[in-house]
Order: sequence, then C-alpha cells, then structure tokens
Amino acid sequence: MAKLTIGCFSSLVGSMSLDFAVKLAEAAVEKGHEVDFWMSGNATMLSKKGQKPFKDYSFLDKRIRAAMDKGMNMCACEACAEARGYHKEDTFDHPKFIRKSMDWYLASCHTADRVLHIGGE
Amino acid sequence: MAKTTKMAFLVQRAGYKSENPKLALTHAISSQSVEIYLEDGDTVVPVVAFVGEGVLNCKSGQKAMEVYGISSTESHLQNSLLCDLKVLVCKEDLARYGLTDADMPDASALGADTAIQVVPWEQIHAELKGADHLLFF
Repeated sequence: MAKLTIGCFSSLVGSMSLDFAVKLAEAAVEKGHEVDFWMSGNATMLSKKGQKPFKDYSFLDKRIRAAMDKGMNMCACEACAEARGYHKEDTFDHPKFIRKSMDWYLASCHTADRVLHIGGE
Repeated sequence: MAKTTKMAFLVQRAGYKSENPKLALTHAISSQSVEIYLEDGDTVVPVVAFVGEGVLNCKSGQKAMEVYGISSTESHLQNSLLCDLKVLVCKEDLARYGLTDADMPDASALGADTAIQVVPWEQIHAELKGADHLLFF
C-alpha cells in the first residue's frame, strides 16, 4: 500500500474540485492506502463544523468524517482558516483532524509516494 | 539515508481575483521550516516557476498595500528571494506581455543574495522534469 497526499485549494461551495478531491481520498482509503488530505485557501471551508445538507449544495461533512474514521489524516491551513473566521472552536472535532501551517503539507509530500495537488479557483 | 525532495510550484494564473500565486509562494517559503517534521538530514527543495498568465504576477511596482491594505505578490516574491528560493520566470511568456527582466521585482535592497531568473521555457521544463512533485497553481 502507498501513501497519497492530496492537497486542495478550492472552496466547498462554488466549485466541484473539493468534491472530486474528497471522492479521490475516499477511494484511496477504501483501497487501504494511507491518505493525508491538506486544505488551504478557500478549501478550509470544508473544515467548518455545523454544515447542514441542502440538495443544491455539496455536503461532504459525513463523508470526510467517515474517511477520517477509516484512518485518513486531515489538516487545514491554520492561517487560511483564521483569515476566514474559522477558528479552532468552529472546526471539526475529530482525532484525525488538525490545523497546521503549510510546512505540514510539504512534509507530507516529502514522505508521500504520490502527490495530487488539486488547485484553487 | 538522508532524502531530498524537490518540489516544483508552477504558477499559471494571473494574480487578479485569485490567491493562487500567493499560496504558491507561501507554500514554497514554508520549506524553510519543514525540517521540524522531517528525519534528520532530510530536506525539501522548492523551485517556483511562473509561466503563461502567471508571469503577470511578477510585475514590479505593485501597490496592494496602498490600495487594498494587504501585502502584494511582489512582497511575497521578495520574501522568497530573501529565503534564497529559486524563482524562475518564463522569458517567452514575459515577452508576450511586453515585459522584460527590468520589470521583475527585486529584493537586493532588502539584503537578498538571489534574484528572479528570467529563463527560456526549456530551462523551466528541465526543472519540472527533475522535480519529485509538481504543484500547479
């Protein structure tokens, strides 16, 4: 099994890139790969807790929690999140979720077999 | 055995209505502190390359602080140079927008030992081929 680092910079609403990144992460986790999922820029919106499902908008909350339950590591860029008003108390409460600075992503890339960097808007 | 990972940050988008170029630079700059996560002797070596519309990020004289109250991409570029990052700009794409070496931001007055390198696409391509990971912004 391999280690996959997925970085995403697109927002939860207004783009489908984050949906694609999560789908990819789910598939990798299901296959037994180790997955690090990095969110930066507008993608930190995904780390906001209290999301409610509406059929008109992407709702990834349950799916990423399930992926984290299966071992996926999620990390949000702390500065990007804080700049958007997503403070620690506003974000996921899950043992596999952390907030760090960008060097965490580079370190994850360093030890990854493959890096899938899914850009921003 | 010590491992070095070369990461290429390729900026293709202009800076207007997008934070991608700044994110590319801040992520590349974070290589300065990545060692705290790595095994002893391991390192991450970044190279930042601006191509296509992305070269428009590299125009000097940006006034983001005066107009918007935020730091400019130019100041991020200067910070990159102060950290001795390799910053490449595609010569051919620069010419398409009527820009030259003289338009490039510079950080020598701030004490930087390195400068932006305006190079042919072939040289950027060679850097990309030599990278372990490519990150497109």
